Amino acid sequence: MPIVLIVAEQQPDGNLRKASLNAISAGKALADKAGAELHLVLLAKDPAKLAEELKGTGAKAVHTAAAPEFEHYLAETYAPAIAALAQELKADYVGMASTAQGKDLMPRVAARLKAAMATDVMAINGSGADVTFTRPMWAGNVFAEVKLTTPVKVFTVRATEFPAAATGQGAAEVKTFAAKVEASKTKFVDFKEVKSARPELTEARVVVSGGRGTKGDFKEIEALADELGAAVGASRAVCDAGWVPNDLQVGQTGKVVAPQLYIAAGISGAIQHLAGMKSSKTIVAINKDPEAPIFQVADYGLVEDLFKVLPALRQAIHGLK
Amino acid sequence: MKILVTAKRVEDPESKIKVKPDGSGIVQEGLKYKINPFDEIGVEEGLRLAAKHGGEVVVVSIGTKDVQEQLRHALAMGATRAVWVNHAGALDQLGIAALLQKVVEKEKPDLVVLGKQSIDDDQNQVGQYLAEFLGWGQATFASKVESLESEAEKNKVPAVALTADGKAVRVVREVDNGLATLEVQLPAVVTTDLRLNQPRYASLPGIMKAKSKPIEELTPEKLGVDVTPRIQVLKMSAPPARKAGIKVPDVATLVEKLHNEAKVV
Ligand SMILES: Cc1cc2nc3c(=O)[nH]c(=O)nc-3n(C[C@H](O)[C@H](O)[C@H](O)COP(=O)(O)OP(=O)(O)OC[C@H]3O[C@@H](n4cnc5c(N)ncnc54)[C@H](O)[C@@H]3O)c2cc1C
Ligand SMILES: Nc1ncnc2c1ncn2[C@@H]1O[C@H](COP(=O)(O)O)[C@@H](O)[C@H]1O
Repeated sequence: MPIVLIVAEQQPDGNLRKASLNAISAGKALADKAGAELHLVLLAKDPAKLAEELKGTGAKAVHTAAAPEFEHYLAETYAPAIAALAQELKADYVGMASTAQGKDLMPRVAARLKAAMATDVMAINGSGADVTFTRPMWAGNVFAEVKLTTPVKVFTVRATEFPAAATGQGAAEVKTFAAKVEASKTKFVDFKEVKSARPELTEARVVVSGGRGTKGDFKEIEALADELGAAVGASRAVCDAGWVPNDLQVGQTGKVVAPQLYIAAGISGAIQHLAGMKSSKTIVAINKDPEAPIFQVADYGLVEDLFKVLPALRQAIHGLK
Repeated sequence: MKILVTAKRVEDPESKIKVKPDGSGIVQEGLKYKINPFDEIGVEEGLRLAAKHGGEVVVVSIGTKDVQEQLRHALAMGATRAVWVNHAGALDQLGIAALLQKVVEKEKPDLVVLGKQSIDDDQNQVGQYLAEFLGWGQATFASKVESLESEAEKNKVPAVALTADGKAVRVVREVDNGLATLEVQLPAVVTTDLRLNQPRYASLPGIMKAKSKPIEELTPEKLGVDVTPRIQVLKMSAPPARKAGIKVPDVATLVEKLHNEAKVV
């Protein structure tokens, strides 16, 4: 039986990166279409706790390897271990969420497996040997249906396009394997985490984003976000200027989000920004310029000064409670 | 320090991309072409490193004769010479990385700097494939702690830092929830993120000088690489359009709509 192998990701804080669950449900969808069995793999210094969590996601088996070298993720130590497991299992597909780690790691895994790779898979089509992937090109201006023709096929998954797999179902067999850790030419130095009390941008139900129109003053953006229990996002212009951390950039080359509500204030709506938020359920745009392209994707547009609108909006929403 | 950089020819990021009605590709008419923005950042970083540590920047592009335009752009910015791999057909990331591997083996640079992704394919793969093919270390999504409006940036300080012994580079990377720093032994592969630097404009003397800088021509055959694509694009389509929205006159109406119609607040 063909095998789909999905790589689960542990965050630096030890928890499972949530996008892994979306990748697992993409893996399930693929396994159904390809008539394959779903397996998971997790590398960590101590994978036991997360393996318990992954056990209940409906996969056939969870493969774990423990090594002190896996404490800090490095493509050079992770790729050989994952590729070796894929070869041992004779996996036909190897996938992971399109996180920073997924994008760094999977092409290196693919290179070892002489596999072609599709990045940011949004849909899985066809069946059996004729499975194809839909993925965005040109900042999401084009959806391409692609077929990978190498024996092993590698992909990353756009998390917003697949539901998160539930964790309480089934009990996969947890197997450990001995990963050979190769000497690495790369050394982990440090990780400076941007800590925020607000919800994770990619997981939030509501996102309030600010653009260059804020002139770097994010107080009202943040106050509205807090009223709504929302995450804060930003355009590239804002991150480039150093007004907010890079990690908040939404777009083609930043985060892709699809919340229930996306509020864009002082953002013009460049195609690269739209690429990261166009699939939001409801979009609100606040911009002084009635011609701003953001209004073309907004469900509700308000042509006004954001510094006037945001406080009033916050108070009116507060008043609903 | 010898630095090899890449310069892919892509559609201008400002252009409107439309899919042909038959889904076989995008409408080419009226499009302008540029160097991939991430690659331009790579050229800039290479030039800053060469200025600081001595050495030269060699630029590579793969494609038809047209890519010479992007090579000349990098030469005008300050690269010393160019390598053009002449190929007309479709290419995938496996093929491109295999070609670059051969060019690297010929040129023997200390560092290869590529863009993290090309803005047409949006694959974000070639640098990592190349590093694995070469057996080198990689630092993708290179960025820096300072902003693009910092003093360091104004003074064109390279963000990729050579270690004291000159045997490795220290790279700050943009990753989920923060910045990670790696030290990678040379030779190494680095891919650029947007905030690594602000590329310089080519000066007029630079543009003049670029005209006489050498461009070496190679082909996949000469390099002994089979570039038959292993990714087939079967069909392209336009993304589903969002249904047209409305403009609301004031905050009260907006909140009413969000509460009663969209039911999101
Ligand atoms: C390779 C590449 C990748 C990119 N990737 C991304 C990406 O991932 N994400 C991203 O966002 N961008 C990205 N960009 C940049 C993108 O092209 C735009 O430059 C950027 O999104 C613009 O940011 P902005 O809308 O905040 O600024 P601007 O375009 O300057 O817009 C500011 C807006 O604010 C409005 N405004 C000003 N003052 C007020 C006020 N007081 N009240 C209300 N409105 C006001 C103005 O009318 C204007 O529409 C990328 C570009 C390239 C070339
Ligand atoms: N045809 C090409 N010529 C030169 N460099 C390329 C070419 N295609 C891709 N690259 C390099 O590989 C990087 C990543 O591309 P990709 O993996 O296609 O998103 C780009 O930023 C370029 O630096």
